[in-house]
Amino acid sequence: MLKKIDWQKYGSFVALLVLILVSSFLSPYFLKFQNLMNILRQVSYIGIIALGMTFVIIGGGIDLSVGSMAAFIGAIVVLFMNFLGTVIENEVIVIIIGMATGIMAGALFGAFNGFMITKGKIAPFIVTLGSMAIFRSLTLYIGKAGEIQSSNMIYGEFGTESFMLIPVPVWVMLILAAVLNLVLNNTRYGRYICAVGSNQNVAMFSAINVSSVRFFSYTLVGILVAVSSILLASRFNAVSTSNMGLGFELDAIAAVIVGGTALTGGRGSVWGTVCGAVMLGVINNMLNMVGVSPYLQGTVKGIVILGAVYIQRQKQ
Amino acid sequence: MGNVILKVENISKSFSTVEVLHSLSFNVRYSEILGIIGENGAGKSTMMKILTGIYLKSSGDIIFEEQKIDLKKPIDAKKIGISIIPQEFNLIKDLTVCDNIFLGSELRKNRLLDKELMKKKTKEMLKVLEVDISPDEKIENLSGAEKQMVEISKALAFKSKILIMDEPTSVLTINEIKILFRLMKKLQKEGLTIIYISHKLKEVKEICDRVMILRDGYFVTEKKIDEITLEQMAESMVGRELSQVFPSKNKPSDEIIFEIKGLTIPGVIENVSFALRKGEVLGLGGLVGAGRTEVSEAIMGLRPVSGGEIMVKNKLISIKKPADAIKAEIGYLSEDRQGSGIITSFSVIHNITLVSLPSYSNNTVSWIDQKAELKASKKYQKIFNLKAPSLETHLEFLSGGNQQKVSMAKTLDTKPDVLILDEPTKGIDVSAKQEIYHFVNSLVKEGISCIFISSEMEELIGMCNRVVVMQDGRVTGILEDKDINEEEIMFYATGIREGGN
Repeated sequence: MLKKIDWQKYGSFVALLVLILVSSFLSPYFLKFQNLMNILRQVSYIGIIALGMTFVIIGGGIDLSVGSMAAFIGAIVVLFMNFLGTVIENEVIVIIIGMATGIMAGALFGAFNGFMITKGKIAPFIVTLGSMAIFRSLTLYIGKAGEIQSSNMIYGEFGTESFMLIPVPVWVMLILAAVLNLVLNNTRYGRYICAVGSNQNVAMFSAINVSSVRFFSYTLVGILVAVSSILLASRFNAVSTSNMGLGFELDAIAAVIVGGTALTGGRGSVWGTVCGAVMLGVINNMLNMVGVSPYLQGTVKGIVILGAVYIQRQKQ
Repeated sequence: MGNVILKVENISKSFSTVEVLHSLSFNVRYSEILGIIGENGAGKSTMMKILTGIYLKSSGDIIFEEQKIDLKKPIDAKKIGISIIPQEFNLIKDLTVCDNIFLGSELRKNRLLDKELMKKKTKEMLKVLEVDISPDEKIENLSGAEKQMVEISKALAFKSKILIMDEPTSVLTINEIKILFRLMKKLQKEGLTIIYISHKLKEVKEICDRVMILRDGYFVTEKKIDEITLEQMAESMVGRELSQVFPSKNKPSDEIIFEIKGLTIPGVIENVSFALRKGEVLGLGGLVGAGRTEVSEAIMGLRPVSGGEIMVKNKLISIKKPADAIKAEIGYLSEDRQGSGIITSFSVIHNITLVSLPSYSNNTVSWIDQKAELKASKKYQKIFNLKAPSLETHLEFLSGGNQQKVSMAKTLDTKPDVLILDEPTKGIDVSAKQEIYHFVNSLVKEGISCIFISSEMEELIGMCNRVVVMQDGRVTGILEDKDINEEEIMFYATGIREGGN
């Protein structure tokens, strides 16, 4: 039994190590620092969203709207900053206000999903399917279906910066993961979200406010989507209304599942999700380097997801 | 009775390295009712799962009608004529009675379902069983007893020769049990062999021809039913003498600590009032469906009420959600252990502190003091004599009795003054039951007051200072002291008498 628990906890780490080992044999460039940092930077945007998705899935829910929410928030932030730029001189203040607005928008959108799910009593899949369509459509509308360029001179800088050789978005992901890992394992909220995901009825009988616990998980993922979106928009200093965040929801869910969180809810791991996200990035990177057609990369990703879930099933 | 239909020889079963059945041998004779009794974890269910092809045996032989058989999957057992009615019904609630009965063995005509014929056969079968349900009724609209009849029909549709019944009466009312027993006798006369697994020794004594007792995976004894007394059965199950089953009752003080007045949920309970004294065990008796659980759920804020007052220590309180009840120092042990009591994928520790968690995380970031959690859990492990490999063990790996102890610990960890126990001994074995009785007794001695809901008469009689009897959502009588006996409770529970005390 001890073995089983250990596998559940560390399975995704072991898999990641094996993957890295295999990749370093396949390509000599793989272990180059620059390459590793590239992978981490690429996965960090999805990774940050997946951290929130971990909580949603542990709570027995799902959020399909994260991708279009990211685009919508990105569009709002850039448009708002462009407007602010015309009234406020100091560009740093503009960025700070813009970011705060983005985070608030994320919390609000997440809360909207959470509200419809807990108070409206509509299935999470349906609610977020609906809001996915709404967010994307509004993004296209406010951006006239094109690209929204930022007129801020320094916004594009911090997203491409590195700090102590590690890119800013990677730092953000790691710090958030460390904090959320503590939230999951050491705070009351973490315990409650597991309880709600395992058995909602028991949680209710145990005087846990099931609705607010679930509501908060959607708000949390909204905030994290905002963080990711701000970083992503900063990287290009622009937002493509039709492309930004496309397919993020599936990649984030995949990272969570590959990371060892049960899709049925009740248990999961924050660092596992980080591992899952990195694994997906490593696979893409490796396939690129050995020259596999980019069209086939989806197939490999699919196989890895199915394989990971299959192994988890067997170990239960 | 007479010839042997099924011979089990030296059956052993191991899970990984742990042997749970040790070389079990026994015979089952044609058209007898064989009772199998034993505590939880004695190996009854494991043995039956081997006989029905759910588990594979590790060694030994099964000989059915003088032929050695090899059961690899459930359908193998069904094909030769061994069926089981599991404790948890195996029916699909969205399908009709007829669909369920023929599920997996549908009759066909020209490759299409022959619905007319199946319906006709279902009607015939239900008629034989003397139950009045339509073949087109959906399972979700049936009562527990009716579902059981459907399960029996399902087994009979498979032309079963041996029918295994696992705790068949746990969901039934007294009347329904009578009907079931009559039916069993009838089926027996028609040549069916029945293996009857139960905790309820009185029922075993009443219905079985022979009884076999298992303990810790070993065969203990086998006796004709009239050669063994209830006490002997209980003692061979536990392996020691059961001294006093019920502890001597505590004398409550006169102080009223908790009172409900006119509690009403439209269509469910009506104008329910009673008072609980400090240090008292107040029984809530009645038949299944009398509204006892609903009363406790209303008290706990799990059901909205349309009227009524709840007073704790002479103060009117408003309970809108379970947290309000916990705050008023009321604790509730739910009747449905797995459904609303414990989280099976949580460890012992995490279950114990599930309700009381705020008191372990009373700081701004609600950081949990895991050392304090562990300490508290150790305390309960000792008090309850909890048998678990470790406090980190998930509850799914514990026996029913130990799960119930954890559930109790969870309820107590909020330090309630008023404890509502809803069927606290349901589905657990004799010795765990006894431990729980003694524990409840020691709690009331410390000044905790307890509302004790039970469908077992002996428990109400043995444990309670007073018994509130309910029928159809109303209180029909409150019995005290020497008035608490089976007959009186039954009179009020069935509504023959009303308005006592």
